[in-house]
Amino acid sequence: MATGHFIEGIAGGRLSAEQYADNFSDLHPPLDHHEALVESDRCYFCYDAPCMNACPTSIDIPLFIRQIATGNPLGSAKTIFDQNILGGMCARVCPTETLCEEVCVREVAEGKPVQIGRLQRYATDVAMSEDKQFYKRAEPSGKSIAVVGAGPAGLAAAHRLARHGHDVTILEARPKAGGLNEYGIAAYKSVDDFAQAEVDYVTAIGGIDIQNGKALGRDFQLADLMRNYDAVFLGLGLGGVNALRADGEDADGVTNAVEFISELRQASDLSSLPVGRRVVVIGGGMTAIDAAVQSKLLGAEEVTVCYRRGQEHMNASGFEQDLAAANGVTIRHWLQPKRVLAENGKVSAIELEYTAMNGDKLAGTGERLTLVADQVFKAIGQSFVPANLNGSEESIDLEAGRIKVDAEGRTSLAKVWAGGDCIFGGDDLTVSAVAQGRDAAESIHRALTSNGRA
Amino acid sequence: MADIRNNFVGIKSPNPFWLASAPPTDKAYNVERAFKAGWGGVVWKTLGEEGPPVVNVNGPRYGAIWGADRRLLGLNNIELITDRDLQVNLREIKQVKKDWPDRAIVVSLMVPCVEDAWKAILPVVEDTEADGIELNFGCPHGMSERGMGAAVGQVPEYIEMVVRWCKANTRMPVITKLTPNITDVRKPARAALAGGTDAVSLINTINSITGVDLDSFAPQPTIDGKGSHGGYCGPAVKPIAMNMVAEIARDPETHGLPISGIGGITTWRDAAEFMALGAGNVQVCTAAMTYGFKIVQEMIAGLENWMDEKGHASLSDIIGRATPNVTDWQYLNLNYVAKAHIDQDACIKCGRCHIACEDTSHQAITSMVDGARHFEVIDAECVGCNLCVNVCPVEGCITMEPLAAGAMDQRTGKPVSPIYANWTTHPNNPMAKVAAE
Repeated sequence: MATGHFIEGIAGGRLSAEQYADNFSDLHPPLDHHEALVESDRCYFCYDAPCMNACPTSIDIPLFIRQIATGNPLGSAKTIFDQNILGGMCARVCPTETLCEEVCVREVAEGKPVQIGRLQRYATDVAMSEDKQFYKRAEPSGKSIAVVGAGPAGLAAAHRLARHGHDVTILEARPKAGGLNEYGIAAYKSVDDFAQAEVDYVTAIGGIDIQNGKALGRDFQLADLMRNYDAVFLGLGLGGVNALRADGEDADGVTNAVEFISELRQASDLSSLPVGRRVVVIGGGMTAIDAAVQSKLLGAEEVTVCYRRGQEHMNASGFEQDLAAANGVTIRHWLQPKRVLAENGKVSAIELEYTAMNGDKLAGTGERLTLVADQVFKAIGQSFVPANLNGSEESIDLEAGRIKVDAEGRTSLAKVWAGGDCIFGGDDLTVSAVAQGRDAAESIHRALTSNGRA
Repeated sequence: MADIRNNFVGIKSPNPFWLASAPPTDKAYNVERAFKAGWGGVVWKTLGEEGPPVVNVNGPRYGAIWGADRRLLGLNNIELITDRDLQVNLREIKQVKKDWPDRAIVVSLMVPCVEDAWKAILPVVEDTEADGIELNFGCPHGMSERGMGAAVGQVPEYIEMVVRWCKANTRMPVITKLTPNITDVRKPARAALAGGTDAVSLINTINSITGVDLDSFAPQPTIDGKGSHGGYCGPAVKPIAMNMVAEIARDPETHGLPISGIGGITTWRDAAEFMALGAGNVQVCTAAMTYGFKIVQEMIAGLENWMDEKGHASLSDIIGRATPNVTDWQYLNLNYVAKAHIDQDACIKCGRCHIACEDTSHQAITSMVDGARHFEVIDAECVGCNLCVNVCPVEGCITMEPLAAGAMDQRTGKPVSPIYANWTTHPNNPMAKVAAE
């Protein structure tokens, strides 16, 4: 009977305790003081810096790096938090290689950008370790605002609203605040319960009341909020997971990747978390990579990501793909799932079909491939579940299945703003959600006051 | 293979790299290690007169400034002349010279400003069979408060007097070491020459405070809460030292006076630059104190390789080659016109040239062209100041391109004149010399 690493089927305890601890340690360990000085000196303090323009929250990156270089990490942290109060998490999870660091002139010149993300982490870590609070609330405005969802968009909106003196109530369906920061990020990107530490840091400003276990459509209705609050911000995220549309996907062992990632983040004992011996992940985005890499780190022997288009179409960044490869994950392209094979109700294999571009359309070629698998993860995208908005007396306008907003985050309902993954036009990034939450808060503030004056 | 053997005022050494009078040449142990590493010569750390030993502070003697990766850029010190017994030093000098006859050993001296003091020390130094003496008229701290070191070096008349005493009382070549802590370095050089010196060496260290502790508000280096100005040296002082060397080399009154160049020399290239400006050899201290004696191997090989590459057979082919090109501002050709040019393939689009020019100079570099980030020189505004070249992080990306005679200068709207013309004859100069009719 095989044990440990080679146990057949979906099982836990594949690795030793040390291996689990090592596998799930910090992906990018923090820079120490000297490393931060050396790295910050690499920044050219560019004019109209491309990095800053690439940042969805427009952090003044050259300035915060210069503040690190000059021995002013707290000033640096404030420069970051001025634009992005979740700068600590963004430093950890931003795909910097496709944002600031991609356009860093040193990346262009020498293929080695300034490590902006790690420098941002250095500065924000200093401020958070000292619990340095940079912002005081304005005089109470007497206005109260409901924020639905305690994810990045909701937290950013709440902090900005609280700064302006408004009272904020956050209604969160899950037991903890943080949204995808808490439930959706690979464990090795956010170690030591950082997401909760950040929630505490953000809410320490005061005036933010988080109520957990309160789900829209179940425990309260949008119309109630519109009646009881001066404004509402919806940061609902995406509740649905796209189906494989493959026969037999109800078999035991076919799982949503987001649920797997969430369980992993919440697990107190990683050895108790079962994973297949041979895992197939369907999808080509960050979620697919996170699920695949973490499966491998949990001790799966063989992990294959199958994506229906080519490498150049993958949403996962080059860095993430390299990370997967370095961890022994195989990424295969031009394959779409057709049929999940099961034995005794449990997944035994997945049958895929090769694809090719037929003009502008992707089409199956008819050629099939069967991969032995005892676990299949679905990571082909998430969808917004508008049903939860039912019960509002007026209906909110949607666009392509998500909430329609204007440039300031205003929805079609007068007192309702929205931001984050639930809106149309977003890019499913934490940092973009922060920007949208922050900007919607400013819009709400302007609307509730006279041009920003209480 | 280039011949880098050095003959400086008759003192021969296998290469022109000497260690300056300083802690690295404090005793036989160090000097022997230096010779083993390949140094051509040393100037033994300054000896004082017979008597109770010199006392140093027992806290920090050095302060420094650094680049971001702790690269040492400038060092200062408040150490005094040797604190070892005179007789011990003399015995060691004699033994080392005997053991290393092909290397140069010059002894640095500093005694009170009375002739008897010099008369007393010169014969005992001569007995060591050292190759020469260097008069320490430069030390800016401690000893100067006692009427020695820079206190002599800052008064040309004293320099001339002491040099004359030395020349009268020893057969050894006399090298007079000059302090930079004066207004015009040519004055002490002329005085030394008038006293009969065989050579000058410069620069000694520069009065400095390297930092202030912002918790205790104490200058650094800090001794029990207080600090004193120390002597600054290392790479940061090289440009100052090179100018002073050139000033003496091109001064008609001192032209031809041998110079031993000192000040921030760290690489073969630094040494070559000093020699090109007129130094007959060079002395090194901070680089050795930073990296150890092994650096001389890079200096020797680097100098030889460069000389081979350029076809310079011996040091005399390079010494003073740049001196005639050092001139006064008033003689610079005002009809020479250069414009910055940005190599668009090399440009990494950091924009530093633009913002430097836009904020602080002549608004002559674009930031945006046709809606795209693009940095290009506007010839009609460019005065050729070179600031963009200096702030550009990419070597060779921005160059100064001279306009050919006859070409249109877009800024002035006039063609470039082929005629050399300087300020002395410029129409805007009220003191202009009018050409004779």
